[in-house]
Amino acid sequence: MNAVITVLGKDNVGILAKVSNECAAVDVNIIEVTQSVLQGMFAMIMFVDITKCTVPFAQLVDALESKGEEMGVKIHVMHEDIFNAMHKI
Amino acid sequence: MINSHDILETINMIDNENLDVRTITMGISLLSCIDDDIDKACEKVYDKICRYAENLVKTGEDISKEYGIPIIHKRISVTPIAMLAAACPTKNPVKFAKALDQAADTVGVNFVGGYSALVHKGFAQGDYALIESIPEALSVTEKVCSSVNIGSTKAGINMDAVAKMGKVIRQTAELTADRDCIGAAKLVVFCNAPEDNPFMAGAFHGAGEPDCVINVGVSGPGVVRAVLAKSGDCNITEVADLIKKTAFKITRTGQLVAQEASKRLSVPFGIVDLSLAPTPAIGDSVAYILEEMGLEQCGAHGTTACLALLNDAVKKGGVMASSHVGGLSGAFIPVTEDAGMIEAARSKTLTLTKLEAMTAVCSVGLDMIAIPGDTSADIISGIIADEAAIGMVNSKTTAVRLIPAIGKKAGEELNFGGLLGNGPIMDINPKSPAKFISRGGRIPAPMQSLKN
Repeated sequence: MNAVITVLGKDNVGILAKVSNECAAVDVNIIEVTQSVLQGMFAMIMFVDITKCTVPFAQLVDALESKGEEMGVKIHVMHEDIFNAMHKI
Repeated sequence: MINSHDILETINMIDNENLDVRTITMGISLLSCIDDDIDKACEKVYDKICRYAENLVKTGEDISKEYGIPIIHKRISVTPIAMLAAACPTKNPVKFAKALDQAADTVGVNFVGGYSALVHKGFAQGDYALIESIPEALSVTEKVCSSVNIGSTKAGINMDAVAKMGKVIRQTAELTADRDCIGAAKLVVFCNAPEDNPFMAGAFHGAGEPDCVINVGVSGPGVVRAVLAKSGDCNITEVADLIKKTAFKITRTGQLVAQEASKRLSVPFGIVDLSLAPTPAIGDSVAYILEEMGLEQCGAHGTTACLALLNDAVKKGGVMASSHVGGLSGAFIPVTEDAGMIEAARSKTLTLTKLEAMTAVCSVGLDMIAIPGDTSADIISGIIADEAAIGMVNSKTTAVRLIPAIGKKAGEELNFGGLLGNGPIMDINPKSPAKFISRGGRIPAPMQSLKN
């Protein structure tokens, strides 16, 4: 079971590290990361495997969202099925 | 793997274009609660709703969190209460309304629909008493919604009921005059009412429905408008295609939410209602879509054609995205709930006559329209009869949700707050249809009812 973590906002040091640490702490495995910085704007899309996640998914969502607020970026954590439903026939 | 463009598009729709699932509505049959002792019946109603919908709100919130898609309302629709009132005809059915209101409070939903009667061919036992009790029921409860079906393509139009409902709408407004006449905003008069509609105020759980069912209403006017805004000067065929593609995506989210809710609550999935339901929030407006198509303002000549295109494209796009489509399915045009319509009504570009034409090609009818407080019951009945005739002849649902603004005149405003919004009181034609309305009887079903 996979989820998609997106991070959008003003670039600063350690965004990727902090998000990765949050994931590692609850056994969420990172499968793929795409990241770019364009004109100071940070954009990252991360595919993660949440099968072995040690906390309820909702808790992971809350933890990452508040981490995003700390860093001044917007973090979304969403189950991949929402994207599959919307964009695949 | 999902591509990043698709991911960012979805997130943009949610963050900036008001994409949401408007409602998860649990339909509950109350036929098993019928009892000739009204107190016992009310107790059974309360217990059954609380038992079945115990986890509805929590499940909706969980799904919303997991998929990152806002689910705005969790609601309940029930068997038309007139069917329960039939078993205890000497008692005041308002007790049922209070039981529904308490149950809604207990399970945490924001509306419960079904204080209803289906009288398109005539009044059965319980129907008349229930209709008479609607003004009181809507004034002493907060979360109960009421609807009455007074006509259908198969049965014609019950003009006795039309006459009665003109009076009931006025009384309902009068009894809630101290709260901006909000009672009338929770009362819908239908022709061809769907039995699986998840949207309030007209939701009820039809007699042909299963014991319990999950219906989902989608939304997303803001998303459709944004797509058109980005499309530039394309021709109208391309506009229709863009709307179809967008409606497909919106509906797929509704289908996903419906399936998940059904699985987690162990309740069968009924339908997805493919509707563009506006809110007063800026950007979440059906009127703005029509304006994006090229109208200076909603209500201008060309509005009906734009709405017809929109309504049709929404259905064509949505129907492939869901395994079962039902309810009202189309574009809603509730005036006080739509920022663009409010502006158009204030500037008098959008008039009641134009709205009537629009209802011939959209999914509902004259919805959330404030009318002068001195409008007579006969005139309200005349408006209902016109709307019902459009629905009957075109084999479609039409509805009337008018709010007589007691003590106020055209040009003044009503403000309900929240999703019910606010808006100007619109001018009506003051000529009297009193003799026509007082004739009573039934308008015969049209030729198109004879399909067998």
